[in-house]
Amino acid sequence: MSAPRLAIDALSAISLRDGGKPILRRVSLSVGRGEVHGLVGESGAGKSTIAKAVLGIIPAQVKVTSGAIGFEGRNLLSLSAKELRAVLGRDIALVPQDPATALNPSRRIDAQMTDGLRLKRSLSAREARVRAAALLEEVQIRDPERVLMSYPHQLSGGMRQRVLIAAAFGLEPKLVIADEPTTALDVTVQKQILRLIRALQERHGTSVLFVSHDLGVVAKVCDRLTVLYMGKVMEQGATAEVLAAPRHPYTRALLAANPRYDRPDTGLEPTPPEVVAALRAEIAAFDASAVEPRHG
Amino acid sequence: MAEDLLVARGLVVSYGRHGAPAVLHGVDLRVGKGETVGIVGESGSGKTTLGRALLGLVRPAAGTVAFDGDDITALDERSRHPLRRRMQMIFQDPMSSLNPRHTIGRILIEPVLLHGLADDRQAARTLVHGVLDRVGLARGTVDRYSYELSGGQRQRVGIARAVVLRPDFVLADEIVSGLDVSTQAQVLRLLQELTSEMHLALAFISHDLSVIRSICQRVVVMRDGRVVEEGACERVFAAPASDYTRMLIDAIPLPEVDPGWLARGASVEANAAA
Repeated sequence: MSAPRLAIDALSAISLRDGGKPILRRVSLSVGRGEVHGLVGESGAGKSTIAKAVLGIIPAQVKVTSGAIGFEGRNLLSLSAKELRAVLGRDIALVPQDPATALNPSRRIDAQMTDGLRLKRSLSAREARVRAAALLEEVQIRDPERVLMSYPHQLSGGMRQRVLIAAAFGLEPKLVIADEPTTALDVTVQKQILRLIRALQERHGTSVLFVSHDLGVVAKVCDRLTVLYMGKVMEQGATAEVLAAPRHPYTRALLAANPRYDRPDTGLEPTPPEVVAALRAEIAAFDASAVEPRHG
Repeated sequence: MAEDLLVARGLVVSYGRHGAPAVLHGVDLRVGKGETVGIVGESGSGKTTLGRALLGLVRPAAGTVAFDGDDITALDERSRHPLRRRMQMIFQDPMSSLNPRHTIGRILIEPVLLHGLADDRQAARTLVHGVLDRVGLARGTVDRYSYELSGGQRQRVGIARAVVLRPDFVLADEIVSGLDVSTQAQVLRLLQELTSEMHLALAFISHDLSVIRSICQRVVVMRDGRVVEEGACERVFAAPASDYTRMLIDAIPLPEVDPGWLARGASVEANAAA
């Protein structure tokens, strides 16, 4: 097996606002070439902090305390702002959660799509325009010219997300961070977008870190997954294995809480108190062991 | 079949000026006493408008709404007042539906006094304590403000505010859509227990068919302001009569690996979109 494209190694972070409370607890995960890796967890699990750390947009109140983010042999955390800018957009691109706010409402789609192509791919204005139209066709937009001339509010949510996917994959990045890319969409549109992301990723051999709270969505697009709880990796493995035979009680609890139309008795099972207690104990034990060596 | 509680016939609603395109095109809906009915649809299907029309929050251009045998379509505010106790609503976003300047105690006690369910403030407080116990919130919550609570706790307050008036009917509009699955499971479990204990009729609006399947007896599928299918959940999920319902069900990603899932239905969706 070749070296992974993204290798997050023992990444820890704390909240500066919240009395140094840990946000990430030695998270390690790797995304191979051409792999779609699911990062799953409930709110507060730290999944978007990880995504932001890879993108170099760590919020001011969060401090990374240790660890590394290896990308193509370099540690992204030790790059200068200038070096990082050269990587972002060109080698690493983002498909954001909310297609309504990710686009500038006052600029036409053509202007927004050609920016990246000109800056990161050094195309002329004319070349970028032609490329943007071709990219929209690749995401199955039937009338690319009309979409290019539109403002974001003139497009549906699904159409806006297609534009953002076209813009992200259009830069031919090696890694795409997809941050809850279908959360704001209707189920039928969600399915089309998932199909599209998977098809583009396979065609270009792109690696994808796919952040989601939805185990169902992850099941359909991810090769492997990492389950996070309170900033700690609970379970990691091939999607099929983790979902069919979860080893960690938290993963089992998440699956039991997930309603499914084919099993009407599911979805009403809150996390059992003994699982909650065990999780708290696991986190407390980890924090205690993480602190001690520094005193020694 | 349960006795009728809420019956809507031929509801037509359009927003804005006269002649604006309708959002509902002649919708029929029936909720029996103590019955739980899911209303599902994608954005723009008219499900939220239907809920608002049932409660008299929008006036239909045509059609009728009857509650417990009485036509309530054209009631004015004053005559609607006694109905307000019997027909309650739980909103999608409890943060914006709970007044941030009022304590939770005030939010829960005022409607109790307004509807004459308690003789004085002390009796109302006792009633509210009982409801807080039931929805799994500490009694001390009465002194807190909505912004001090978690999303799950706020949604429990929303439920408490609805059930403290001992209504016959509750409309819940996307009440779990912002919650994590483990919190969602707690809220759904609570709602299921309350509807059965209180013999409460529930109209549960959601975009999520799996959630509807877990707590509703019947389901109504809406699209573009029309009902495309209606029936017992067991039947609709096992053998949907409408292609649209079939497509909606097939689009739900179940948490299990199914390599053929992504490719399935691509042509059906393309036709539906065209």
